[in-house]
Formats: sequence, structure tokens, C-alpha cells
Amino acid sequence: MTAAVEPEVGRARRRKEDARLITGATRWTDNIRLPGMLHLAVLRSPVAHARITSVDTTEAVRLPGVLEVLTGADLAAEQGSLPCAWPITEDMLAPPAPSIAVDEVNFAGEVVAAVVARTPEEAQDALAAIDVDYEDLPVVLDLTAAVADGADLVHPDLGTNKSATWVFDSAEAGTGGDATAAIAEAEVVVERTFRQQRLIPAFMEPRSVVVDPGPDSATLWSATQVPHILRWMLSAVLGIPEHKLRVIAPDVGGGFGGKLQVTPEEVLTLLVARRLGKPVKWTESRTESMLSGHHGRDQLQRITVAARRDGTVTGLKVDLLADMGAYLRLITPGVPILGAFMYNAIYKFPAYRFTCTNVFTNKVPTDAYRGAGRPEATFAIERIMDELAAELGVDPLELRRRNWIRHDEFPFTTVAGLTYDTGDYEAATARAVELFGYDELRAEQARRRADHDTVQLGIGVSTYTEMCGLAPSRVLGALRYGAGGWEHAAIRVLPTGKVELITGTSPHGQGHVTAWSQIVADRLGVPFEDVEVLHGDTRVAHRGMDSYGSRSLAVGGTAVVLAADKVLAKARTVAAHLMECSPDDVEFTAGTFAVRGTATSMSLGEVVVAAHVAHNLPDGVEPGLDAEATFDPDNFSYPHGTHLCAVEVDTETGRVVIRSYVCVDDVGKVVNPMIVEGQVHGGLAQGIAQALFEEAVHDEGGTLTTATLADYLLPSAVDLPWFTTDRTETPADTNPLGVKGVGEAGTIASTPAVVNAVVDALRHLGVRDVEMPCTPMRVWKALRGGAA
Amino acid sequence: MIPAAFDYTAPSTVDEAVRALVAGGEDAKAIAGGQSLLPVLRLRLAAPTLVVDLSRLTELAGVHDDGDSLLIGALTTHHEVQRDPHVREHAALLRLATDTVADPQIRHRGTLGGALAHADPAGDLLAPVLALDAVLRCTGPAGTREVPAAEFFTDYFTTALEPGELLTHVRVPKLTGWGARYEKFSRVAQAWSIVAVAAAVKVVDGVVEQARVALTNMGPTPVRARGVEEALTGEPATAEAIRAAAARAAEGTDPVTDGNADAEYRTHLARVLTERAVTAAVSDA
Ligand SMILES: Cc1cc2nc3c(=O)[nH]c(=O)nc-3n(C[C@H](O)[C@H](O)[C@H](O)COP(=O)(O)OP(=O)(O)OC[C@H]3O[C@@H](n4cnc5c(N)ncnc54)[C@H](O)[C@@H]3O)c2cc1C
Repeated sequence: MTAAVEPEVGRARRRKEDARLITGATRWTDNIRLPGMLHLAVLRSPVAHARITSVDTTEAVRLPGVLEVLTGADLAAEQGSLPCAWPITEDMLAPPAPSIAVDEVNFAGEVVAAVVARTPEEAQDALAAIDVDYEDLPVVLDLTAAVADGADLVHPDLGTNKSATWVFDSAEAGTGGDATAAIAEAEVVVERTFRQQRLIPAFMEPRSVVVDPGPDSATLWSATQVPHILRWMLSAVLGIPEHKLRVIAPDVGGGFGGKLQVTPEEVLTLLVARRLGKPVKWTESRTESMLSGHHGRDQLQRITVAARRDGTVTGLKVDLLADMGAYLRLITPGVPILGAFMYNAIYKFPAYRFTCTNVFTNKVPTDAYRGAGRPEATFAIERIMDELAAELGVDPLELRRRNWIRHDEFPFTTVAGLTYDTGDYEAATARAVELFGYDELRAEQARRRADHDTVQLGIGVSTYTEMCGLAPSRVLGALRYGAGGWEHAAIRVLPTGKVELITGTSPHGQGHVTAWSQIVADRLGVPFEDVEVLHGDTRVAHRGMDSYGSRSLAVGGTAVVLAADKVLAKARTVAAHLMECSPDDVEFTAGTFAVRGTATSMSLGEVVVAAHVAHNLPDGVEPGLDAEATFDPDNFSYPHGTHLCAVEVDTETGRVVIRSYVCVDDVGKVVNPMIVEGQVHGGLAQGIAQALFEEAVHDEGGTLTTATLADYLLPSAVDLPWFTTDRTETPADTNPLGVKGVGEAGTIASTPAVVNAVVDALRHLGVRDVEMPCTPMRVWKALRGGAA
Repeated sequence: MIPAAFDYTAPSTVDEAVRALVAGGEDAKAIAGGQSLLPVLRLRLAAPTLVVDLSRLTELAGVHDDGDSLLIGALTTHHEVQRDPHVREHAALLRLATDTVADPQIRHRGTLGGALAHADPAGDLLAPVLALDAVLRCTGPAGTREVPAAEFFTDYFTTALEPGELLTHVRVPKLTGWGARYEKFSRVAQAWSIVAVAAAVKVVDGVVEQARVALTNMGPTPVRARGVEEALTGEPATAEAIRAAAARAAEGTDPVTDGNADAEYRTHLARVLTERAVTAAVSDA
């Protein structure tokens, strides 16, 4: 009989999709060439805030190959307003968000004209021939200045730069005490203001859109991570009947939240293609991408902790100013709110108050970027825990120990109202400390301090948890989010026993094709190779909520399990009928149905054929074994971990070099350890990059001065340390796979670990903070300021 | 990122190339490795109507031993400079600086001549060429002339090359047996220098007999740190002497403030990096 087969789940399977992704032998959107296809290029405003007084297109339309030059006025009637799905408060202010500016521009990079030409080159040439006159308006860039009395206004019609104020208070919510009182009564209070600089998602594949308007229904290909949301929103914004619009996300080269959007360019490409009745393509350049794709972070965080002398935290207060940019895009206002639930992190704080004011500025809108709200929260709390430890003179790990939720206290309902199902912070921390050589490094640090070494050593601690598996639909509803958080999967069992799995998630580099195949292979007892995973095409995967928020496995993977279980249940009924026994007597192992206690058995393949030909099915059983399932989680999942970072800071130049980095993550059960490892590495790189390298910088006129990859510094492998990674495994209780999500963990945890290490290296020299990114110059200046 | 349209020609001799450039006038541009020119064209910071490709000028490729000096063809790629045994032996400073340029892909296409003609003040090959007292051979409609490095770099992205003139060779006097170091400071490995220091020293019996020091990105052109050289020459090669000399590194410089660093920090870096570069060069000697 069948030998015991090694389960697929847990194996470090090479990713099925990599050969085509890495060689480029696939249909990236920009590779698509349709017969008669035209090319769209857009002209972008060089100024951040101005009235458009005229747009002269007469030269441009005369150029060779140019079919049409469109201005905001031409499209004003049909373009609608770009959607915002997350009105966080009832009275949130949201200005109309045009895809192409009509009479005013509100950020540098906003579209002001569009050219359709026969070739991309001709379209590009024509842009230079368009003449736009601008009448400058005052530019609002700084968050604090924007909310001051008498500030210049981004949208004078709104009468204020404040879009909304969102408050959570544990005393009011009944989840804890009064934070303000706790601070007033505290033995120790530490308050800090941290700046989350603006970041650019910088996905590898630039955005691209192709639209075939078709004779009676349109197809839109886009390098998006949200084809389902996109179809829904485009039909809502433009009034195109949803069933007349098919959206396809072919292979997509990264997103990090940057492609979780309904973009002006998607709207414009669709409008123009329909107008001309011809297929049209738009592909951005890297600089366009950096200027006009949404940015991430950009918050000013004032955080206050109250504590007893023994280190027990008694209250936490957070005041945020969050930069929305000029408009509210898909989930712009909700990003800081996602963080609201995470400031209390892994701790048993008894009282918490959070206030966030969302602010308009003349910059490109912010929106989701890897971690979306949670990295910001984790940074602030983990930074201030180190500050509190320094204030109290206790070891930062010990301070955390005194406040964290112990493993025997789960499930634990936090002061922010979430119920953490499982976790073991003690285990992850113990393992991290061991791998890191914590005590030896502390000893070396003491030596270097005593020797006045020009190179100082710093140790940074970061413990974290995050809410993943977005999201229980009811919770989203309570937060006023405009959609649900469920996920869908369908399984088609083909007559030859091969399986097509249709998922509503939309992978853009994560490896769903491989991981989902592993899950199905185990559940149905079919070979890994026999599973084809289909995704990203609304005509194939008709239901889905797409990929973001570390949701795909915890929610989408669970839908896969449920669909597979339905297939099996039906197959069991058919097998029992054919083997003339009760379904309860049928055992299923490794692809074989056997009658318990007998030698009678049937393979899944035989059952598949029987179900398919339908010659002999039980009464009332439909032919075929296909099944589908939709899963809506009851709770989030809560991965956690402990990251430890050692840096060497050259006090003469200010340069920070990461000497060692250890992370121990608990992401629950692991489907494919290699994929998990890859996600951790990539996440660490991005989180470290926020700490040390990346920053979107604007000049005082609001022009982005970091609009190429020569100016916006992404680290490469040589700039990063060798990572020591390990895992503890506390399965999640909230889904049958026991998985928690890993897409954002590294990004969330690493930024505070690095900055804590930098400050730790220099604290004895008087440094208490270094603004991110901790560039050599900033570190050097902090040292000079600190020592003075 | 699509360049404006241009005509293209790929002559096979220097004379033909010069003629093509002269005929094209202001609207013509030579292209060697394209690693600096193509980004400029793609960002449409320039829109020449004629691009003259130098890649077929095989007479300008490679490194030749020419007695007291090395004669390096302008089209020699960074990669070839890195690998060349003559350069390794007689112009170690140039090799060390070339090692820090960009990444392997770019070093396989970019050329020494292109880097010098482009004259980016943050470029890493200008200061070494200046420190080594190299002479640049140029050929144009008026014939061939030799320009000392000290006179070649005249301003930001500007050289002594006349319209229609090509840089054909770089003559580098041999500094055999000298110690060398190129100390580059950049934020990530692939980035341009915020500041860098090129140092070469001849040490005899523990005494610095000769020193050459030049700075990258401390002004519109590379700067020779004459004060440092003076202070080192004839002194024992000790840490104190080097530190004292390095204190003079910023003399005569005019650093900019930009997104990476302000002038004050650059001035500070120049001193720190000079001390490190000279110290390393001394121990290499
Ligand atoms: C991502 C990136 C990173 C880089 N990082 C660095 C770095 O860290 N340090 C560094 O030093 N450089 C760096 N470079 C630049 C690189 O060194 C280029 O190779 C060099 O600057 C130009 O050489 P080229 O042969 O490509 O010149 P091209 O781009 O072909 O030409 C540059 C200019 O020189 C002119 N020109 C070229 N050859 C001649 C000639 N023989 N006579 C007259 N005029 C000529 C051209 O007309 C043009 O104006 C980087 C480049 C890139 C793309």
C-alpha cells in the first residue's frame, strides 16, 4: 500500500513560479501588446500647489503620431472622484479627488494633461510640447505648521487642513483605565516625539495598465495587488457596469502596499481607451513612480508612558499627526488607525489613550506601505520602552519582561480591545538572547565605553506583535471600512485527477502558487505538481479581497482548506456509495479511500472519474467534485517575535554599521520555511532601510528631490548584515492551519531595533534620539549636540 | 524615461569621429560606455540630435606600458583598469579608486575617458588622476594636444575639451612602489562619494619622501590637498604627523551642501578621511 508520504506542508519547496518570474518569461503588464494598441503618457505638474490658468495643447496635437491630447477640462465630466474606502469618522473631510487636475493642482506630480499616440516615444515627445500656465498658491508641507492657527490651506473650501480626528480611550471603551489620570499620578513619566519619515514603496516592477475596450465589454490589465477591489471601484467611480469590466492582475513584480490602490492612471487609461475605442497602454518610468505612486508613513508621533519606579507601565498616551498628502486615496485615512491597536504591543498596559489627527499637505497622498500603521506604532512603543529603561536604569529586556503578557495568560484581551489568541514572548526572547550572545555584547560595549573607542557598540531591542490576517468583516464594519475581510477559494477537480485551485488572493511575489499547492496536495493527497493555482483574473477568480495585511495565508489559505474539505466530503460520499458502505466507515489517507477494517479501497483518481462520468452516483448528488468556500475570520492573527540588533557607530564619521542581527519570529505554523525565510529577509531589509537609508525629501516648493534611485537610497545586499533568523512556533487558534502571517513582521520589528541600537551606542555621550533615517551626518550632528 | 530622438553614427577612426562631432556642432554628443550619458538622455536633461558612438575606436582601448608612464586609452573600461597588471603595479591608486565605482555591470561598460570627460565632481576617478599628475591627450579639429590633469577639470561637469575634441588617452606617470589608498565615503555601497580622498605616498626608512593627496567632491572640481602634502613631506610617517597633516585637508576647498551632506560635515569628513587614507597608504607602502 502507500508508504507514508512526507507532508507537503512544512517542506521548503522551491517556488513553482520563480522560473518564469526570474527569467521574465511571463506576461508582465508592460509585455502585453495588443493589435492596434495606442500609448498613453501623462504630463505631471512640476509645482505643488497652483491654479491652472491655461493648458495649451495646440503644438502637441500637431506632432507626428499623436491622436489626442486631453486636459482636465476634457475629462471633468466623466472622471468622477477617486475612491476612498475608509471614512474613519462620520464627519471626515474629503476633497474631490480627480484623476486629472481640472483647475487646480495639489501636489507636484499630479496629472495635468494626457497624450495618446501611436508609440510611447511619440507620446513622450508630445508631453514636452504642452504648455501649462500655473498661478502659484501657498504650499503646505509641514505637519505642525499645517495644523497651526491661520495656516495656509491645501483645500481652502474645507476651511481647515484637518481631515479627521480619531480617538480611542480605554476608559471610554471599557477596555482599561484612564490614561490621562495615570500620567498625572505616575512616579515616572517619559515623553518623546518621533518622526516617521515619508517612504516610497519602490516596488521593482513599475506600474503599468493596458485596456482593451472591446466591442461590448472591457478588459483592464494592471500591475495591481487588488484586482477585485479595482474592478468594483472602477465600476463605481466611472459608472461602467461591473459585469462589463474584467480586471486582470497578471504576474506582478512587487507592491508592498504601493499597488493597493485605485490609481489616476488606471482611470485615465480606461477612459481614454473607451473614448477612442482602441486598446491603450500606460507604463510609468521610475521617476514617475516615485513622484506619483502613493507614499508611506509620514507621521509625527508624540508618545507618553507613565510607570512605577519598578518599571510597571501604568498608562500610555499617543498623539499623532498623520500626513494624508493632498487627497484621500483608497485607505489613506485608515492607515494610522490600523496602528492604534498596536501601540500597547505585547504589554499589559492598564490604560491607553490614542488620538490621531489626519492632516492634508501639498504632497502625493500616503497610503498602505508594508505594515501600514503597525510599523509606526511598534517603532514608537519600542523606542520609548528603551527610553524608559534608560530612565529607570534597568535593562531594556528586563523592562519588557516586567510588562509583557506571559504565555500562560493567553488568550488575553488588551487595553486596545483586541484578544490575542496565543503567543510565547518568553520563548522567542530567550532564543534570541541566546543566538545573539547578549551578555558578551554588553560586556564588549562596556569595554569600548571605558576605552573611549572611536567606534562604539550599541544594542537594540525590539519585541513586537502585529494584527494580521486582515480581517474579521464585522470588525472592519465597526471601523467604518467600506469592504469585508473574508477570502474565497474554489477547487476544480479535473477528470484526470489534476486540480485547479482558484484563489481570491492576488500574489505579487509572495509565492502563493507554491504554498497553496502544498496545502491542497496534503489535503487531497494529490502530488504537489498536479495542482495549478489560478488567480488575479476577475473572470476566473470571481470573488476575492486580494492580498495585503499579511492576510493571504491566514484568511485565503483557510478558504483553500475549507474548499478542499468540501471536495473530500463529497468524494467520501461517492466512494462510500461505490464501495457500498457508510461514509462514516470510509477512511481517507494519502489519496486513498478505504473501508475501515477491510482490504477494499479506491483511489481519489477513481472517485474523480466516477464523480465525473456520473454513471453511478447516490441520489441527489451532483456530478463532479468541485467545491468552493469563503472564510471570514472571527479574529485577527498575532505573530510576534524578538529582534536584537548590534551596531557599530563610528563616532568620527557618524556611520552606522550593523554588526549582527538576530530575529526570532513566531508566525505560527509554517507552510513553507523557505518562503517564510525570504519574507523575513525582505522585511528586515525594508525595515532597516527606514532606520538608516530611505527618505522622501521635498524642497520648500514641494518638489520631490529624491525622485530617482540615485537620490532615494535603497540598500543592496552589501549594505546589510548577515541575518541570523530562527522561529518559535505557537500555532494560531484562529484558523485551521494555525498560521499567523509573515509578510510584514520583519519590516515592523527591525526599524526600532536598529534605531534603539544607534541610540544605545551613543547614550553615554549624551544622545537620546536620532531622527530617521540615521544618516552619518545626522548621527555626527547628534553627537556634537549631545556632547555639548 | 524615453530619450528624445537622435541620429546615430559609429565611426571607426578618431578622425572620423572628430569630423562627425564637428559637423554636428552643439547638437552632437559622443558616447562611450553610456553610463553617464544615457541617464542624462533618459531624464531629458539633454537632447542631442546626433550621438557619435566611440565604441569602434579600437585604437583607444587598453593600457600600454610606455616607459616612465602608462598610456591608457580613453575607451578602457573600469573593469579593464581593475584587472590590468600594469595599473596594479604602477598606478595602484587608480585601481583602488576604480574598485569603488558603482557595480560590476556598470564597470563593464563605463570607461575611464568617459568618467573624466563627464567631470562629475562626485566621480571617483578625477581625484586619483589629479593626484597622479596624469596628462590627458586630446584630439580635435585643430590637432592633438596634451593637457595636465590640473588644467583639465575647470568646473562642475566642465573640462578643457574644446567643441569637437575627444579625450583619447590618459598618460599616468608610474609611481612604482608607492603606497596608495582611496578612502570613499558614501551612504550605500553603490552610491556616489559624499567625500573621498585619494592618497599615494612614498615612504623611505619610515619617512614620507613624497605624498600626493587629492579630494573628491570638495568643490566643483577635484582638489589637490597641497597643504597636507607639504605637511607630510619629509616627516616621519607617524600617527601624530599624519593627524597634524590631515588637519589641513580642507584648505582651499569649496564643498557644497546637498541632500547627502552639508558643507560643514563635508569639511569634517575631508579631515577624517584624509587621516585614514594617508594612514592606510603608509602601511601599504
Ligand atoms: C548607477 C550608477 C552609479 C555610478 N556610480 C559611480 C561611482 O560611484 N563613482 C563614479 O566615479 N562613477 C559612477 N558612475 C559613472 C560611471 O563611472 C560612468 O562609467 C562614467 O561616469 C562615464 O563613463 P562612460 O564611458 O559610461 O561615459 P558616457 O556616459 O558614454 O559619456 C559621459 C560623457 O562624457 C563624454 N565622453 C565620453 N567619452 C569621451 C571621450 N573619449 N572624449 C570626449 N568626451 C567623451 C560624453 O559625451 C558624455 O558627455 C555611476 C554610473 C551609474 C549609472
